[in-house]
Amino acid sequence: MNFDELFGNFPALTLTGLEQGAIYALIALGYTLVYGVLRLINFAHSEVFMVGTFTALWTWQALGYNQNSAAPALGPLILAVVAGLVVAMAASAVTAVTVELVAYRPLRRRNAPPLAFLITAIGASFVLAESFGIGTRRAPFGMPDLIPSKTVFTVFGASVTNIQLLILGVTLIMMIGLDQFVNRSRLGRGIRAVAQDADTAALMGVNKNRVILLVFVLGGLMAGVGALLWDLRFGYTKFNVGFLIGLKAFSAAVLGGIGNLRGALLGGLLLGVVENYAAGLFGGEWKDFTGFVLLIVLLMFRPTGLLGESLGRARA
Amino acid sequence: MRQKLARVLGGVAIGALVFSGAACKADSGSEAGGSKAACDLKIGFFGPLTGDAAGLGIHMRNGTKLAIDQYNKDNADCKVVLSEYDSQGDPAKAPALAQQAVGDSKVVGIIGPAFSGESEVADPIFDEAGLPIITPSATRPSLSTKNWKIFHRGVGNDTSQGPAAGRYIKNVLKADKVYVVDDQSAYGAGLVDEVKKVIGSVAGEDKIQVKQTNFSAVVTKIQSSGANVLFFGGYYTEAGLLLKQLKGAGWKGTMVAGDGVNDANFIKVAGEQVAEGTILTCPCAPATAAKGTFVTDYKAAFDNAEPGTYADVSFDITKIFLEGIKAGKSSRADLLSFVNSYSGTGGATGVTYKFESNGELDPAQVLVWAFKVNAGKVVPDIEIPKS
Repeated sequence: MNFDELFGNFPALTLTGLEQGAIYALIALGYTLVYGVLRLINFAHSEVFMVGTFTALWTWQALGYNQNSAAPALGPLILAVVAGLVVAMAASAVTAVTVELVAYRPLRRRNAPPLAFLITAIGASFVLAESFGIGTRRAPFGMPDLIPSKTVFTVFGASVTNIQLLILGVTLIMMIGLDQFVNRSRLGRGIRAVAQDADTAALMGVNKNRVILLVFVLGGLMAGVGALLWDLRFGYTKFNVGFLIGLKAFSAAVLGGIGNLRGALLGGLLLGVVENYAAGLFGGEWKDFTGFVLLIVLLMFRPTGLLGESLGRARA
Repeated sequence: MRQKLARVLGGVAIGALVFSGAACKADSGSEAGGSKAACDLKIGFFGPLTGDAAGLGIHMRNGTKLAIDQYNKDNADCKVVLSEYDSQGDPAKAPALAQQAVGDSKVVGIIGPAFSGESEVADPIFDEAGLPIITPSATRPSLSTKNWKIFHRGVGNDTSQGPAAGRYIKNVLKADKVYVVDDQSAYGAGLVDEVKKVIGSVAGEDKIQVKQTNFSAVVTKIQSSGANVLFFGGYYTEAGLLLKQLKGAGWKGTMVAGDGVNDANFIKVAGEQVAEGTILTCPCAPATAAKGTFVTDYKAAFDNAEPGTYADVSFDITKIFLEGIKAGKSSRADLLSFVNSYSGTGGATGVTYKFESNGELDPAQVLVWAFKVNAGKVVPDIEIPKS
């Protein structure tokens, strides 16, 4: 064990952990929302994220940027980032909705058992990942370095970069926005009603299918934002980029309490930070190990996660 | 969950292949090795043609294909067929593919497996079937110590590449603080061990995982260690990402890596500015400066692409098999003894191919080159002196 490494770099490891955790959290929202309403683990959500990373890249390529381009000036930069964001969010949302309409809704109509949903989710994930794998010859793609990382200020000797601020800021804004939307808006009330009791909600005049569609759209939009931030920060995508990050995001959702929006944020940040500490303390090869040990141990003591399952139980 | 499913499906597939392999083996026994060149024999290429490391595999496949196409042009009445086994560089996919190759009785020789990890699981299968292989690129030293009768290596191994990379770091870069990172693969970990033997004490070391994408923890460690050189043992995708994130965090040092990174795709992942100045070694001479008409033939055959790492080696070692087939060695056993006793100079590399009893290339023939990324291209730098 290397305590020097951990404590010497504690602020830096915390920062980069938070930044990774924020992206986990954005993707975790998709799992949590769908689970909260449908009691379904949407394994295809990792591919919703993957589609977002690719479509943002294609948008930039269409705008004339590739992995070798120099960083653009402020005007074109904002245009490129906003265009990438809009396209990634739209593409991710469309993918999520397509999966719902093509794969899950027909099953619901036939009252299929939960196992059928589960295997359909895994199948949809495979189909999406493999079709991109075949289409892109399974090659890795580098991104244009649109926002070269620059130190804005330092805390405790760790430099905080512009991109880290962007990631954390955007994630917080999206989280607060989503939280307010679900808790305050009329559509949000519909989501909570269906999550609490779908049949009663239907009797009260809530259109269940429309609410479910909305949940997939919201999850897709958040994954699209996560995909754009991922592209900007890690500068890379590949057909199976969603697999590990999807698994981590799912774990983050469970860690925080699946079905709980704030739990997804907390779980994501916690997982990101703990993984980084583990990499510092034990070495990089122990990163995933420690993340999942944390999950297992925590679930032993709090089976419903840190904040519990609460999408349905949130105040009316 | 997904892995479990994949495992079940994989198990079924392997089972099916074992059975079909056994069935094929039974009828291949009746074929006698004639003295005239047999027709429609197959040479297999085993390596990644898709996936993270496909860039490396495709150049080798192209070298092999070029040799076979040229042979077929001269021997139009009795052709040799190229069979491709796309391993994606993944040791988990290799055994089933190896069984498939073994099960096809027309396959008399294999070029590959391209990587060390897949070699460790595929070579025992080839050994059992007596199917001769010559690898153009699997450089883990221990591959030649497993008593596989069929094993031949057409290049030097990491006991020449690793120390040479270490000497380059010490004598040319004159680095005092070297950080080493490997990807825990059979190739990457082995190469880093050899490098460490030469440079002595390191500023720090860490391990990453193949397919890892977020390197922030290791980036932090490298930066705080104050290292000015990073040696990376692994393949180009992780190398490109690691370097990109490292330079993004403001690191100013130089990355040195082995033949697994020596590919144009490294620059594609990292981007030209980031990759600039990176040193890549290879226990081979520059393919772009190969002898004879190889470079022009290669460009003409493959859309004007420059031959990449090991394309020339693959071309030459494929010709060894082709010479054997031409001389009437049409069974696996005959071709194996032909390769074992072979001695001849490759047209593209100029290397005299002669294998020792453990399958290693004659040590006198091994050379190690350093390459440098310059303006978005991998260009030859120097041949690293032997001591």
